[in-house]
Amino acid sequence: MVDDLRLRAWVCTCGHHFRIQPQSWIELLCDAQSWAERGADLQPHDLLEWKLPKPYRETLAQAAGQGLNEALRSGTALIGGRRVVLGIFDFRFVGGTLSIVAGERLARGLEYAAGAQLPFIVITASGGARMQEGVLALMQMAKVNAAIGRLHRSGAPYISILTDPTFGGTSASLALVADINIAEPGASIGFTGARVIRQATYADLPQGFQSAEFQLAHGQVDMVVPRYELRPRLEQLLGMFAR
Amino acid sequence: MTQRGSLSVWQVVERARHPDRPYATDYIGRLCSEFVELHGDRLGGDDPALVGGLGTWRGRTVVFMGHQKGRNLAERVSRNWGMMHPEGYRKALRMARLAAKFGFPVISLVDTPGAFPGAAAEERGIASAIGTAIMEWFQIPVPVLAVVIGEGGSGGALGVAVADRVLMLENSTYSVAAPEAAASIVWRDNARKVEAAEQLQLTSRDLVAMGLIEEVVWEPEGGAHLDPDAAARALDEALWRQLQPLLELAPDDLLEQRYERFRYIDSLVSAHPQFGPKVEPRRVL
Repeated sequence: MVDDLRLRAWVCTCGHHFRIQPQSWIELLCDAQSWAERGADLQPHDLLEWKLPKPYRETLAQAAGQGLNEALRSGTALIGGRRVVLGIFDFRFVGGTLSIVAGERLARGLEYAAGAQLPFIVITASGGARMQEGVLALMQMAKVNAAIGRLHRSGAPYISILTDPTFGGTSASLALVADINIAEPGASIGFTGARVIRQATYADLPQGFQSAEFQLAHGQVDMVVPRYELRPRLEQLLGMFAR
Repeated sequence: MTQRGSLSVWQVVERARHPDRPYATDYIGRLCSEFVELHGDRLGGDDPALVGGLGTWRGRTVVFMGHQKGRNLAERVSRNWGMMHPEGYRKALRMARLAAKFGFPVISLVDTPGAFPGAAAEERGIASAIGTAIMEWFQIPVPVLAVVIGEGGSGGALGVAVADRVLMLENSTYSVAAPEAAASIVWRDNARKVEAAEQLQLTSRDLVAMGLIEEVVWEPEGGAHLDPDAAARALDEALWRQLQPLLELAPDDLLEQRYERFRYIDSLVSAHPQFGPKVEPRRVL
């Protein structure tokens, strides 16, 4: 069953795209044995001494105990023989939240890509900025988008792949300012979550509100690409940018 | 209860939200000898939550922008309680580009609970509007000052607060999310807002201690709403003190320093993981 799913790129026969982890993304998109991680030594700290409802220290220790290393992994790899820099969110780590470590790994990767003239590809899966790092997490939005601006001016391509879910400080910073924004079918993408919108405005939200297809219809993404078509599409785009 | 000066954290939040607290135009009117309001994002809309225009301040032309929450219910509705739609961020950028063309400094007075959490904002691309604004502010080659005068709520505030110097009025707050929203996220219960506020380290003293802002602008005893003239005088002096050195910088150096300011903004706390809330803030004057 699991092997079947792996062969189907973690897409159900019904078309549902399961949330997947960085390792699966690397297997799916990158040439074999080409992944080289960067910034894995950067570790989070409980700078605000966050206690309630659960101490941040415990949250971090539990995630580390499960073998997770922050909400974003970065590194270089080959895709169809072309070298790229990747940033891959891990939703399992505190909801893929943008944190100091995630922001720093992204900024370093973006600066490296700008300097080496390599394409930067981000794969998002994030609830937004991490509450337990307070305004320090908010500032990562500026840190990362400053570096994205530099990448743009360097002439290196920036491709953003938005997966389920992408919200809040992540969607309002790095996720939608790429040269090419690609969304996965059915992914929930927005700024404010539907629950909060309903609470704040008592609005009836239509079917498919904030779906990838909704964002395509509203001009926010360039295309909705099923996961098993993603690698050839990336190879095609990288080839066109290289010509 | 965690104390900050003589006020609890929640009392600071309430003071930042005080219905009589001076809003952007209250300061602009006191700072400027003349002010010409400009409207529109040039893309299809004008956002009344953000006021902006050309002001004459200390003998020079400056582009001012800032939030208006509204003084009475009718005005609050029309101003949308200071919560911007996508048009607001595009309007801010459009005015920043105008400033860049003529070499005018930009002063942004921030006072918003956050960007508007509604369906219309989502449909018109609030996330990309904020993300684009944050990115583009790094390419505005004139001095930019931002002051949080009330609430600095989340990405909605940051979208108009990417600046060379960021200041906060004493009883203002700047947070990753409003306390109610943070409580709703971590407790799934926005009634835990007071506990959330106490953990978020959102007061001006917290931010200056973490090295995230350059200066706290002290307010009259009891809060800016009790003496808006005195609050405006303190703001005027602080802005001038912060702007002067920026006027000496070449545009490239200015942009380089703005990049570095945010690129390494967490270096103080990251270098000292034990930093946290225990450090006594130093009075900056």
